[in-house]
Amino acid sequence: MEPSKNIEPILRIKDLKKSFGDNHVLNGFTLELFEGENLVLMGKSGSGKSVMIRCLVGLMQPDEGSLEIMGKDISKLAQKEFNELRTQLGFLFQGSALYDSMTVRENLEFPMRQQNKTEEESLKLVHEALDSVGLRDAIDLMPEELSGGMKRRIALARAIILKPKIIIYDEPTTGLDPITAKEIIQLMRNIQLNYKTSSLIITHDVDCARVISNRMILLIDGVNYAEGTFEELSANKDEKIQAFFK
Amino acid sequence: MMTTSQIGNKLVNFFTEIGELSYFAGRFFKELFTKPFEFKELLRQCYNMGNRSLFLVGITGFILGLVFTLQSRPTLMEFGAQSWMPSMVSISIVREIGPVIIALICAGKISSGIGAELGSMRVTEQIDAMEVSGTNPFKYLVVTRILAATLIIPLLIIFGDAIALFGSALVENLKGDVSFQLYFNKVFDAIKFSDILPATTKSFFFGFAIGLVGSFKGYNCTKGTVGVGEASNSAVVYTSMLLFIIDFIAVFLTDIFFEL
Repeated sequence: MEPSKNIEPILRIKDLKKSFGDNHVLNGFTLELFEGENLVLMGKSGSGKSVMIRCLVGLMQPDEGSLEIMGKDISKLAQKEFNELRTQLGFLFQGSALYDSMTVRENLEFPMRQQNKTEEESLKLVHEALDSVGLRDAIDLMPEELSGGMKRRIALARAIILKPKIIIYDEPTTGLDPITAKEIIQLMRNIQLNYKTSSLIITHDVDCARVISNRMILLIDGVNYAEGTFEELSANKDEKIQAFFK
Repeated sequence: MMTTSQIGNKLVNFFTEIGELSYFAGRFFKELFTKPFEFKELLRQCYNMGNRSLFLVGITGFILGLVFTLQSRPTLMEFGAQSWMPSMVSISIVREIGPVIIALICAGKISSGIGAELGSMRVTEQIDAMEVSGTNPFKYLVVTRILAATLIIPLLIIFGDAIALFGSALVENLKGDVSFQLYFNKVFDAIKFSDILPATTKSFFFGFAIGLVGSFKGYNCTKGTVGVGEASNSAVVYTSMLLFIIDFIAVFLTDIFFEL
């Protein structure tokens, strides 16, 4: 699905600033994500990527700047409204973050708790999400019985269970072997095609960025250092930019 | 040797933590009465805490009653007062030793368990995942655990007291030829309403403290896996300390209202 840039962005971050004491992590970071777009954000460890997404999903308060999701400034929303908006966001955590004490089915049903769905409806959605990641047979397993790749897939199934408009991927291929990483990248592409989502992908993985990105932003010292397509950025002669593609 | 500023910093940290714990307790009461109510999770926590601690509390109570009676017997016999054994043991166990010892055992098992579980959920981003999915993790994880501990600890204490009295009766039966019926008749003659009410009331506070401190330490856990260990360990230390403070206040109030 090609991104449509002639409309308002589905996600907008403007002049985001966040400091921890004297450590200025984000110094005016700006981002716009358009409908149907796969936007990859790359940056070195400690460059503020995780802080940015934590601010975006409300796990951290920014010092300055605005965050808009689907045209709504999240700082102006009441907690209940923000929680409703959060159901339009899928989030794939780096470590999968599956709930240890729950089965795969319970993990997937968890985001539907506030949705007043019947058991049949919930189960149908669980099956649909598990089919999307090819793990229907794992429905009754506990997270400890799953391999790293399977955990990532189940986490992905949980992220898409409510059919969100935006999915945020935090290092989706980190810690996986190359073959499993490729499978996850393929799944991300399939999900974008089937669910018509927009994706914000934070990664160090150049292969992942090459395959999946429509556009990329390089984050250095808490600001947008460069922006463009993978081809444009990888052809750029700037040393700092080239460091990402070596 | 610590400098004045180091002592000052320690005091500031201590009072900051007390303040944070009070805020955490305040948030518990606020969330307790707001919808949605997590009954299913509450029942699951009650079952987990009660069922998993039953054996430990039973064994502790049994040995407590057994040892207490064996140790007290020679002294009472010296004064020819062994017939006072059921009264003495039952009042001691029901009023003080039973609730305090069993609450301490539960601090070691339940409070540290909550601290470790929530701490591990915090560092593996499971709590963040709940929040991002639009669920209130405080309500789901913390309120249910504190409430479950508040409800279950008094039951465990009653169970532990009963087993302790059984242990004591067994010793009296084997060593003193006192029948179980006679022993328990004397126990029920000796125990009064003014023994049971304060003990039961304070056991609810013990349960609250066990749930509160364990949840506070686990929910605010930082520093990765090291932090999980610290959360679990400090949950036990702080809970134990808090239990003695609650016990002191409870005994003080009991003395005012029931004239010990």
